[in-house]
Amino acid sequence: MTIRVPIVENILNANDHLAVENRSRLESAGVYSINIMASPGAGKTSLIEQTLLRLKDKLRVAVVDGDIATSIDADRAAKAGAQAAIQINTGGDCHLDAVMLRGALEQLDLTQFDLLIVENVGNLVCPASFKLGTHKSILIASIPEGDDKPYKYPGMYRGVDALVINKIDLLPYVPFKMDYFERGVEVLNPGVVTFPLSAKTGEGMDAWTNWLVEQVKSKR
Amino acid sequence: MHELAVTQSILDISLRHAQKAGAEKITGINLVIGEFASIVDDSVQFYWELYAQGTIAQNAQLHFERIAGEMTCTNCKLSFHPKDTDFACPDCKSEFVQITKGDEFRVESIDVE
Repeated sequence: MTIRVPIVENILNANDHLAVENRSRLESAGVYSINIMASPGAGKTSLIEQTLLRLKDKLRVAVVDGDIATSIDADRAAKAGAQAAIQINTGGDCHLDAVMLRGALEQLDLTQFDLLIVENVGNLVCPASFKLGTHKSILIASIPEGDDKPYKYPGMYRGVDALVINKIDLLPYVPFKMDYFERGVEVLNPGVVTFPLSAKTGEGMDAWTNWLVEQVKSKR
Repeated sequence: MHELAVTQSILDISLRHAQKAGAEKITGINLVIGEFASIVDDSVQFYWELYAQGTIAQNAQLHFERIAGEMTCTNCKLSFHPKDTDFACPDCKSEFVQITKGDEFRVESIDVE
């Protein structure tokens, strides 16, 4: 005789539970955390470097870097002033997940930091589905990638708490329609806070770092 | 995407609940997958045939109930199916729309003996 057993359980439940645990751990230690996601080359590491330089005397920052291979990004973070920089090599996985972040958190004395920056694997698709437990998730869109990305990658654009628009210094050189881009963003993520900036020239960086400092302070 | 991890997750969830229910065999697994959850049914089916071997779920039929995506305009309350590149309300053209269906990604129930 066949019986139907109701379950109603989310398929990514296991990861979500671990993400909640990661968050508790960060909160208990008083650490504010962000998960930075973007396509390869959009400027995650550059933004982190410039952020670290500007926050040098204001906050104690740890960086966790996810990449398929090399420690290039963690090395750059350490050089730019991160008090700790941990590299996770995913060995082929295209995104970080809560298990991997937990492993990294175990290597840190979280009481020594105010802010944890997680740099996710360069990928506009997969990281959107895997919560890590950070307080906020940030997407970096860059001007040369084109203005149609919100329409093509709705999952990512919908799920983030803040949007950095990097490489605005290249606007005169590439065909990027800002109103078309912003419209796509607004529909998917109404009212999301945005930071048009250039990590290279420094334009717009103050608004971004001020916001970050405010977020950290508001959690204390 | 990640059909392999997804398949494993479906198997874990199903076996756990089957064990709780004292079942001897799982004959069917009922999945609810929304349009905006990107999963390729055939890939899940493929991995399933490998992963469920040797478990009480090995001959279970996977059933995919697909939920069409739906957006609702917060301005005029119209519910609609979004066109590819234009998410604005087809009636009042407002951009303040919310996804109300299509995000589902769950194991709804299992059929056991």
